[in-house]
Amino acid sequence: MIRQMTKSKEATLNLDLGKRDFLRLSAMFGMAAIVGFYGVGEVRAAEWRDVDFNAKNLKDTLKSLGVDDYTMSTDITVDSAEIAENGAVVPVSVSSAIPNTEYMAILVEKNPNPLATAFTIPTGTLASVKTRIKMGETSNVLALAKVNGKWFAASKEIKVTLGGCGG
Amino acid sequence: MAQPMRIRAKLKGDEVEAKILVQHPMETGLRKNVDGEKIPAHFIKTLVVKYEDKVVLESVLGIAVSKDPFISFSFKGGAKDGKLSVTWTDNLGETRTDTVTVD
Repeated sequence: MIRQMTKSKEATLNLDLGKRDFLRLSAMFGMAAIVGFYGVGEVRAAEWRDVDFNAKNLKDTLKSLGVDDYTMSTDITVDSAEIAENGAVVPVSVSSAIPNTEYMAILVEKNPNPLATAFTIPTGTLASVKTRIKMGETSNVLALAKVNGKWFAASKEIKVTLGGCGG
Repeated sequence: MAQPMRIRAKLKGDEVEAKILVQHPMETGLRKNVDGEKIPAHFIKTLVVKYEDKVVLESVLGIAVSKDPFISFSFKGGAKDGKLSVTWTDNLGETRTDTVTVD
């Protein structure tokens, strides 16, 4: 009798464990589903992510942003002066003439962290943004645009007379 | 205490042109002061622009955005006297919102 009780207790325990495992598993699947949902094809520019901004070279930054491949396009423009006298304040305009551009990013290839800034562009807003960035040295500046899950880019070399990352 | 932004929103044809100048040090955390001590990072991370209740631009910023960030862009669907508001949040959790009416 006692043995039976113990057995049934064990069974209950096992069942509890089973339940817990099930819950844990479903929680994990749930998380995976959420990560999958946001990770693939979703624009998440409004979210400030360490991995994007702390990436130390262009390749890692592109990888972090989810850019597997991009096409250089004349529909994308990076506009600035050829020479920036002060690297601390470099006016740059980026724009995309491709309809439904949903996201644009500005990357400075030779900065310690290439990603400077990025914009999510809702319907009704023109994919053309002007801002001012810091550049440590003469570098290619890449404008990236995301359109219907595809990436397009343009690049321009901006010469810097006085670097702007130290001061 | 965060300084007010300077925002201009001007109706040009069917587009509103917004020009935003934020007063913020945008300290990288990489610089040192005269005593050789690191100046702590202090920079804006996100900036959201709304026209009435609709988001018209969302931006994430890193330390490579210049001191006193400037952003200019245009959007459709705005009208004279409509309200444009800009909200930023920095890495120290400080936030500020300023609102202007479209000229």
